[in-house]
Amino acid sequence: MDFGGFGQFMSVQVPEFVADGVRWAAMTNSTIRDLDKAVPRVDGADKVTGKALYVDDLKVDGALYGRTVRSHVPHAKLKRISLDPDFDWSDVVVVTADDITGKNVVLLIEEDQPALVPEGGIIRHVDEPVALVAASDPRRAQAAMEHVRLEVEELPAVFTIEESVAKKVLLRGDDNVYKRFEILRGDDVEQALASADYVIEGTYRTGAQEQMYIEPQGMIAEWTDAGAVRLVGSLQCPYYVHKAMRELLQLDEDKVIVTQAVTGGGFGGKEEYPSMLAAHVALLAKKAKRPVRMVYDRVEDVRATTKRHPAPTRHRIGVNKDGTIVAVDVDVLIDGGAYLTLSPVVLSRGVLHSVGPYNVPHVRVVGRAMATNLPPHGAFRGFGAPQTTFAYERQIEKAAQRVGMSSLEFRRKNMLREGDVTCTGQTLKYSVGSAQVLDAVEQQIGQAPPKGSAAPPQFASVKRGKGLAFYYHGAGFTGSGEDRLKGRASVAVNAGGKFEVRSTSTDIGQGTFTIFAQLASAALDVDIKDVEMIQPSTEKAPDSGPTVASRTTMVVGSVVQKAGAQLKQRLLAFAEESGVQSGDVAELAKRYAEKHGELEETVTYHSPPGVKWDDATYRGDAYPCYGWAACYVEVAVDDDTHEVTVERCIHAVDVGHAIHPVLVKGQIEGGTLQALGWALWESVVYRNGRVANPTMTDCIIPTSIEAPEMETLVVEVPYPHGPHGAKGVGEIPMDGPAAAVANAVADALGQPFDEVPLLPEVICRQVSATAAE
Amino acid sequence: MSEFLSPRTLAEALKLRSAHPDFTVLSGGTDLMVRATERDYPVGTIDVFSLKEMRGVCESDAALSIGASTPYADLLRSDVVLTMLPNLHAAIREIGAVQIQERGTIGGNIGTSSPVGDTLPCLLALDAEVELRSQNNTRRVAYSDFCTGYRKTQLGADELITAIHIPRPAKGTRLFWRKIGTRRAQAISKVMGAASFRIEEGVVSHARIALGAVADRPRRVEAAEQRIQGEKPSERLATEVAAIVRSDVKPIDDVRSTASYRLDVAVNIVRRFVLELV
Ligand SMILES: Cc1cc2nc3c(=O)[nH]c(=O)nc-3n(C[C@H](O)[C@H](O)[C@H](O)COP(=O)(O)OP(=O)(O)OC[C@H]3O[C@@H](n4cnc5c(N)ncnc54)[C@H](O)[C@@H]3O)c2cc1C
Repeated sequence: MDFGGFGQFMSVQVPEFVADGVRWAAMTNSTIRDLDKAVPRVDGADKVTGKALYVDDLKVDGALYGRTVRSHVPHAKLKRISLDPDFDWSDVVVVTADDITGKNVVLLIEEDQPALVPEGGIIRHVDEPVALVAASDPRRAQAAMEHVRLEVEELPAVFTIEESVAKKVLLRGDDNVYKRFEILRGDDVEQALASADYVIEGTYRTGAQEQMYIEPQGMIAEWTDAGAVRLVGSLQCPYYVHKAMRELLQLDEDKVIVTQAVTGGGFGGKEEYPSMLAAHVALLAKKAKRPVRMVYDRVEDVRATTKRHPAPTRHRIGVNKDGTIVAVDVDVLIDGGAYLTLSPVVLSRGVLHSVGPYNVPHVRVVGRAMATNLPPHGAFRGFGAPQTTFAYERQIEKAAQRVGMSSLEFRRKNMLREGDVTCTGQTLKYSVGSAQVLDAVEQQIGQAPPKGSAAPPQFASVKRGKGLAFYYHGAGFTGSGEDRLKGRASVAVNAGGKFEVRSTSTDIGQGTFTIFAQLASAALDVDIKDVEMIQPSTEKAPDSGPTVASRTTMVVGSVVQKAGAQLKQRLLAFAEESGVQSGDVAELAKRYAEKHGELEETVTYHSPPGVKWDDATYRGDAYPCYGWAACYVEVAVDDDTHEVTVERCIHAVDVGHAIHPVLVKGQIEGGTLQALGWALWESVVYRNGRVANPTMTDCIIPTSIEAPEMETLVVEVPYPHGPHGAKGVGEIPMDGPAAAVANAVADALGQPFDEVPLLPEVICRQVSATAAE
Repeated sequence: MSEFLSPRTLAEALKLRSAHPDFTVLSGGTDLMVRATERDYPVGTIDVFSLKEMRGVCESDAALSIGASTPYADLLRSDVVLTMLPNLHAAIREIGAVQIQERGTIGGNIGTSSPVGDTLPCLLALDAEVELRSQNNTRRVAYSDFCTGYRKTQLGADELITAIHIPRPAKGTRLFWRKIGTRRAQAISKVMGAASFRIEEGVVSHARIALGAVADRPRRVEAAEQRIQGEKPSERLATEVAAIVRSDVKPIDDVRSTASYRLDVAVNIVRRFVLELV
C-alpha cells in the first residue's frame, strides 16, 4: 500500500502530550472543577478491594439455585415434557410454560420469543429454554435438570444465511425476512455504475463474535408479600427487563422492581438477554415461594446468549479515473437467528453506515435480517456498523488502488466534511472531525513507533503490510429513537443533604457513574465528593433509556447536566428566599434538607432543534451527530504459520470532548483490542446449530500479549448539544480496525482478504488456493 | 467424602501409592482441576507436589535430570536448562502464562500425555527417559515408549513418575522449538515441533524431529530423520524432508484448527528447522 504524502507539510499542530498517547488536541479547556480530569473512578476502590458485590456474591437468605432445561435440537416440535419417575422430585421446584399465568413472551420489539417453549410449541434453536428447575443445593438442581425428558419431533433446520435466503425451510413468513430496509439517493444506481470508469465488487464476510464479558449472566428474584417481584441482576437496561416482566407476569408498573447489581461487563450482551433470565427466576421464585438465583456458567452463557450477527455484505462501488466516487450499491444481510429480538435495529444501523463517511451522489442500499435456527444474535458494541464498515473500507482500499491514489489521498478526496450531505440526505452541520482524524493519524505515522509492541518470533520469516481504515459512527439512537424514548434523569438533594444522581444508566465498567458524578458536580459547582450515585433501579430512578448506542454520556449526561444546573438554581433561589448567606451550593443543600427534606430536579431529553427523520422513507438526520475515526495498522504475516502479528496500531477518534481523558482512552483501547480480536482470533464455531467451542480455552479472545502498544489519539471537535461538547465514544473504536487489518494483510501478501476473522487457517487456505492456480 | 493424602517423603508416597492404586496422583493440579467439574470426585488423592525428592534439577556429565514435581517457573529460572536445553526452555516459557507456570509441572505434562502437551515433542527430540518408581522397583522408559496412545501411558497403578533424564546434547547439536497456539499465551497448541540435529564436519550425524497435535500422541517423524541423517544441509534437503513430513503426517480437524492447516504448518516448520542449518 502506498501512503503517499508523508513528510509533507502538516496542517495539524502536535501538542506536547501526544507522546504518551493520552490525547490529541485539547480544543476545549474547561476550568470547571473535576471536569476534563482523570478523577479516580467513583466505583474504583470498591472494585479493586473486592467490596463490590456481583450477583453471585449477594447473600440472599433461603435462595434456591435455578437451572434451565434446554432443547438440544435446533428445530423441532416439542411434543411432551416429562419428569423421570425414578428421580426424587420432592425437594425440586419445576416450572414449565404451563406455570405462566401472563403472556408467554420475552417482550422486546416483537412478541415472538417465548420465555419457555410450551408443549405443542416449536423449538427454534438448540439452546432454547424449555423448563426450569430449582433446588437448595446447586448439584441437586443440576441432577434434576438432567432428569427432565423431552419428546420432540425434529424438523429440518437452517444454519446459514444462504440457506435462509434460498428458503430451504420457511421459518418466518414467506421469505424468512425479519426486516428489510432500503436507502436510495440520486439517480438509478445501475445507470450510475455503468457510467463510472471502474466498478469494483466484492462480498465481505464477518463472523459471529461472543461478548465474553468477564462476569457471566446472572439474576435473582424474590416476591414480596405485596405481590411485587424484586429482580437484581447483571444487566445493562433495567427498564427493558421491567417492561418485559410486566408483560410476562401481567403486573402493574410498581409491582416489578428491577435493580442492577454491580456488573462485570456487557458490550451489548446484557442488553436483551437479562429479560430471559429475569423471566426464569421470577417464575421459579413465584412457584417456590422463595428467592431464586440463577448464574450461568461460561459454557451455558456462551451457548445460549446473544452474539454479534454474522453478516455477508455485497458491495459495489463505481469510481472515475480522477478518484471521485460515482455510485455505491450495497446488499446487507445479517443472520438474526431464531427470533427477531433486536435484529431490525442492528440491521438499521448496519444499513445506515454501509456507505461510509464519503460523498456518494448515487446510492442504493438494501438490507435484510434473516431467520435461521441459530440462537438469536443480538447487540454487540458497534451494533451492525462493524460489519458494513468492514465491507466499505475494503472496497475503498481496492478503489484507491484501482485509480492509483494513496490510501489517504483517496479518502481525503471523497470524505464528508462539514456542510456535506450523507446518503440519507442529512446535511452535516457541526462536529465533523473527518479531516482531523486523518491528519492526526498521518502525523503519528511519522513519529517513531513506541517500544514494547508484539513481535513475531525471532527466526520467523515474515511479510509486512500496512492498512488504513476511516469511518464514522452515529451517536445515540437512530432517527427519531431518542424522541420516542424521552430519556429522563434526576439530580437531587437527598434527605441527608447530599447530592444524588438518579438515573437508570448503568455502569458496566465503562465509567458511567464517574462521568455523571463529574457532570453533576460541575453543573452544581460542588466537589465531586459531594455527589453520590445511586445503583440504577426502577424503584429509585426514572427511565433514562437503555445503556447502549454510545448515548449515555452524550444524551443522558446532558440531561444530568441540565438537572444539576436547575437544582443549583433552585438552591440559590432558596438561599435568597430564606436569607441564607452562603454561595456554597453544598452548604445550601444541607440547609435545604434540614428545612424541607428532599429536593429533586428531573429533566427529559429532547433532540436538538432541527433534527428531522422520516422512518417511512429512511431519509433525514439519521443521527444527531457522528464520531469520526481513522485506524492505521502495520502487520507481519508469518510465512510458515500464517499467523498475523499487529506490530503497530494508531487509532484517532473524534469524541467531541473528553470529559474524563483516561476513561476515553480506555474505551478506545479496549474497543480497539476487541476489534483486533474480531479481526484475527475470535471465531464462534457452530456444529449443528450449537456452539462447539463454548469455553474461554477455545473461544479465543486476545490477551495483553497480542495487544500492540496502542497509539491512541483523542481528537476533539465539539458537539454543540453534548455535555461540554462530548459525543459518543463507546462503539466507534470497534468499527474500523478489522478493515485496517484486512487491508494490511492484503498489502502484505499481495492478494485480497475479504473475511474476518483472518485466522491463520483462513489465510493458509487462500494462499494455497492462489498458489495452486 | 474423598480422602486427601499429603505424604512428606517419597518413600511414604510410594507406600500410599501401592496401598491405594485407585487414588489420583496430584502434582500441580493444572490439568486435573480443569476437568474436575466434568468428572466424578476422585476416590482419593495423593499429593506429590511438595515432595523434595521429586523437585529440582540435577546436572551430571551425561545428563540433566529434572524432578517430576518441579514447577515450570523453577525450570525457567534455571541457567542450566536454558543453556543445555534451550528448546525445552522455550517450550516451557510458552506454557500457559505465569500463574500456570508456578503450579504446572513437567511430571504432570507427562502424566497427562495429551497430544497437545507442550514439553512432550521436546522430550522426544531429546531422547528423554522417564523414571518410574514403585515401592520395590525403579525403571527408566524412553518417553517414546512411555506414551502408548491418546492420553495413555505405561504408568503402573503402583508407580509414580519421579524424574525425567535427558542426555546431554553432544557437541555441535542444534536444538529447535516452535509452537503454534490458538494465540500467544494461555493457548492450546494447534501444532508444535521440536528438533535436534547434530552437525559433524558439515554433515548431519544425528537427527530427531518430533511433532505435537498432529496425531493421537506426540510423535517423531522417523522417515524424515533418516532422510537427513548423513546429509549436508541444503535448501533442497529442506524441501525433501518437508515432503516426507507431508506424506507421513495425518492430522485431524477439530474446533481449534483444520487438518490441512496443521499439515501445512507442520511441513513448513520442519522445513524451516532444516533451513536454519544451511
Ligand atoms: C490455563 C491453563 C493453561 C495451560 N497451558 C498449557 C500449555 O500452554 N501447554 C501445555 O502443555 N499445557 C498447558 N496446560 C496444562 C497443564 O498446565 C500442563 O499439562 C501441566 O504440565 C500439568 O502439570 P500439573 O503438575 O499441574 O499436573 P496435574 O494436573 O497435577 O496432573 C496431571 C496428570 O498427571 C498425573 N501425574 C502428575 N504427577 C504425577 C506423578 N508424579 N506420577 C504419576 N502421575 C502423575 C496426574 O494424576 C494427572 O493425571 C494449561 C493448563 C491451564 C489450566
